[in-house]
Amino acid sequence: MSPGMPEHTTGRTTVLGAQEIQRALTRIAHEVVERSKGVDDVVLLGIPTRGVTLARRLAERLAAIEPAFDPAHSLGELDVTMYRDDLRRHPTRAVGVTTLPAAGIDDKIVVLVDDVLYSGRTIRAALDALSDLGRPRVVRLACLVDRGHRELPIRPDFVGKNLPTATTERVGVRLQEVDGGEDAVVISGRGPADGADGDAGAGVAR
Amino acid sequence: MRHLLSTQDLSKDDAILLLDTAAQMAATQSREIKKLPTLRGRTVVNLFFEDSTRTRISFETAAKRLSADVINFSAKGSSVSKGESLKDTALTLHAMGADAVVVRHWASGAPHQLAHAGWLDAAVLNAGDGTHQHPTQALLDAFTIRRHLVGLRGGAGGAGHPDGTGADLAGLRVAIVGDVLHSRVARSNVHLLHTLGAEVTLVSPPTLLPVGVETWPCRTSYDLDATLAGWQPDAVMMLRVQRERMSGGAGAFFPSPLEYTRRYGLDGRRLALLPGHAIVMHPGPMNRGLEISAEAADSARSVIVEQVANGVAVRMAALYLLLAGERDDRADAPPAPAATEGTAL
Repeated sequence: MSPGMPEHTTGRTTVLGAQEIQRALTRIAHEVVERSKGVDDVVLLGIPTRGVTLARRLAERLAAIEPAFDPAHSLGELDVTMYRDDLRRHPTRAVGVTTLPAAGIDDKIVVLVDDVLYSGRTIRAALDALSDLGRPRVVRLACLVDRGHRELPIRPDFVGKNLPTATTERVGVRLQEVDGGEDAVVISGRGPADGADGDAGAGVAR
Repeated sequence: MRHLLSTQDLSKDDAILLLDTAAQMAATQSREIKKLPTLRGRTVVNLFFEDSTRTRISFETAAKRLSADVINFSAKGSSVSKGESLKDTALTLHAMGADAVVVRHWASGAPHQLAHAGWLDAAVLNAGDGTHQHPTQALLDAFTIRRHLVGLRGGAGGAGHPDGTGADLAGLRVAIVGDVLHSRVARSNVHLLHTLGAEVTLVSPPTLLPVGVETWPCRTSYDLDATLAGWQPDAVMMLRVQRERMSGGAGAFFPSPLEYTRRYGLDGRRLALLPGHAIVMHPGPMNRGLEISAEAADSARSVIVEQVANGVAVRMAALYLLLAGERDDRADAPPAPAATEGTAL
């Protein structure tokens, strides 16, 4: 690993711009309403860090589509750190915040929101965390980017963009609220030489 | 962090990370299902050379809530009472594959020895050693103080977070009252609270202040009334009078229990001297009627029962931070007993 090396200038492509991210989220919001036949019982749970931001944006759109949707009672965040299966492979991770709507998640339609879907292991951890918190009627999965390479039998219900990638590439999501600057989904590390961990600023799917 | 031996070793960032992690752990403990799978397959040994109920139960609860396997090893009725040395006990635990050892020992420095002698490669958590340190107690005290005094005020850089997450204890005043001489709780708290930016005053009879206390990062007083009324502490921490450590009986350090109570006991009258938001703490077990009156112990300002609950969260945080992440030296060869020189203990 050689952080700080300027390798990310080679083969760094923006695959989704701010406009496209906005449109994808709006479409996902409509799909959520359609799939759930309304917004009754819909609870959005964002997975930190950027999933929380995306869930918040989705909630605004749902409220715009269906005024009955109240983000204050239907939005939460789900930290999955303590349920991960790779804790021992990494330096200790800080435990994040889990907040659920006051009414809980029992018999709700829970939509998990994450930025990048990759191996599926984060979602596996999220499902385990959910089962300790309650028993939702349905659990669905929304992600901004599906980059493939699943290692578990998990599939998304709502996808912003399917993005075929190689495992050597890194997909970073930048969101204004978290990273500053313009929203973007960026692929870096195209080309075999790049193994550098130079993209520390953006969320990178593991 | 590799071990948790002393609050003196903790940097401010480490301490705040521990408190913030504890806040998340505490949040999980209000759920219906309190158990987390995080430390599944890990073994935590509670190695207790000294009697303790609450600390052992607290550590045991914390480890079990994180799904670790817990083995309790107490000196009484074990190989230790047959004369086994700390080293041989440690080698036994190593052979059993302990990932963490929670140790309480009557000898100051025993946890340090266990951590650094090369006898075992487990993480060592000090659960109280002699009159030296009791870091998790200080952490749970700091956690309780932060929750009550920083979270509610929203000040001290707490950014208005209800739990005070991320904040230190800057500007808060804490009076620690009583038997400082025998108290590892006081030692641990003085260093941790100082690291976190709080001011500490030790209030104690001259006979119960240790030699060298003037080098500690705190002030001292012999007069409880003057400290409470004049200094207006935000938290008052009463220490237990440790009669079992006073070899000459209580009379060796103060004339009589009654006189101690009159000068250094917290009662309703002294409670009224405190500012309205001040909290009353005690590490337990309490000697009701000696260092604290029932009125003070059961008052609305008392957070003594809450300290116990916070103890589980803080110990979960310590176990999580020491055990959950990767261990760079895992693959290394286990310590070779023959290679270590015979360290006497």
